[in-house]
Amino acid sequence: MITGFRRENGKVGIRNHVVILSAVVCANRVVEMISEQVPGVIPLTHQHGCSQIGRDKEQTVRTLAGIGKNPNVAATLIVGLGCETVQPEDLAKEIGTTGKPVEYLIIQESGGTLNTVGKGAELARKMVADASQVQRAEINLSDIILGTECGGSDTTSGLAANPATGYASDMLVESGATVILSETTELTGTEHVLAKRAGSQEVADSIFSIVDRVEEESKRMGVDIRGGNPTPGNIEGGLSTIEEKSLGCIYKAGTKPILEVMEYGETPSQKGLVVMDTPGQDIESISGMIAGGAQLIVFTTGRGTPTGSPIAPVVKICANPSTVKTMVDNIDIDLSEMIDGSKSLEEAGQEIYQEYLQVINGKQTRSEIFGHREFAIARIAITM
Amino acid sequence: MQQLIVINSKDNVATATRELAKGQEHKVEIDGKQAVLVVKEDIKFGHKIAIVDLAIGQEVVKYGEVIGRVTKDVWKGEHIHVHNVVSQRGRGDLTK
Repeated sequence: MITGFRRENGKVGIRNHVVILSAVVCANRVVEMISEQVPGVIPLTHQHGCSQIGRDKEQTVRTLAGIGKNPNVAATLIVGLGCETVQPEDLAKEIGTTGKPVEYLIIQESGGTLNTVGKGAELARKMVADASQVQRAEINLSDIILGTECGGSDTTSGLAANPATGYASDMLVESGATVILSETTELTGTEHVLAKRAGSQEVADSIFSIVDRVEEESKRMGVDIRGGNPTPGNIEGGLSTIEEKSLGCIYKAGTKPILEVMEYGETPSQKGLVVMDTPGQDIESISGMIAGGAQLIVFTTGRGTPTGSPIAPVVKICANPSTVKTMVDNIDIDLSEMIDGSKSLEEAGQEIYQEYLQVINGKQTRSEIFGHREFAIARIAITM
Repeated sequence: MQQLIVINSKDNVATATRELAKGQEHKVEIDGKQAVLVVKEDIKFGHKIAIVDLAIGQEVVKYGEVIGRVTKDVWKGEHIHVHNVVSQRGRGDLTK
């Protein structure tokens, strides 16, 4: 049996967080101070929220609102300055469509730092008390959205960790769950492979179009993307080109038909395998999938990385025999036996699937235990 | 234990699953058939080696798909990496 926290709108969380959310960079310190007063909350700060326009502003708003709407969040307190582009009231309205508790405070109207912290701490205290009353109940795998990520990749990612994760992704999709394949840069050179699995011509066209947008950017800048992706670490780990990295990356999403291509931070409209247009940078990519409603993240790595997420448990999987020793603290599942052939793909896939069930039920992942809460929003325009 | 893995029968490279030293002979299974490959350079864990001779400009194939082109002639058993392979994608540097 798997359990979770059923929210007012019927969606299901696997964690029960109260989030103190900055609407703008200017509110970050107040968010931190409220969180120091009420340690049971998750502070969520970032560098954005002002002097943004067009699709770039919309993407930031969609991401911040998506964090509050994520079913792992029980309640949200937004803190804004007052004069910013991203208005706290608009965020509160959007998050409020879920029926979950949401409040906002504006520093310019609340009497500065100390008064806002005082009011915020009082609101946060009540939110934590109320959230603690929500009990776990039985849920279905069809309630789950898994975000897939790979970072600090090397050749073991494409040889072992990603194919094993793909095996588990297929099991999830067969159980009715949703799996997100992300990181558009790391689809470069695989479009023709993915397009064959597209559920419609429109989806196939979208796959080509989002990758094209990344390549156009490299042309606009007049540079080879090698160095940015694959990174120096990827190259040291044996990956020579973006095509090689990408072909290894796409294994992690499994082999099912691709039903949809979504914008960054958008919520899937279908259950099954979907693609989200996110950058190759791990933290921005994960943040986008969480804004889209992913309650669980799987993160394969070759060279090792400690990062997590403020909102979702991140399951770290590694098959590099050296990294599983040197970064043992940070790896949830050691698949290094796949490299010498002593563990089969099926065994590894089953192990990942079983770990998902335990993590859904509350088992803490390494990044949760260490309090890793990395968060970043992808930008698509310059700051005005 | 296999020390060199060829992922797809169309591939012209193998991946080392341990450090390999120059001059060593290693068994490699290519499309179900056993072959022996002499390693011509020291190869780090996870790095690639050519399993056939490649002429300058030829496509490098791994996972059964093209991952780039060689920029010089590469002999069977030599290291295949950024020093002799370029990507064909995301090459804004070529359109300057």
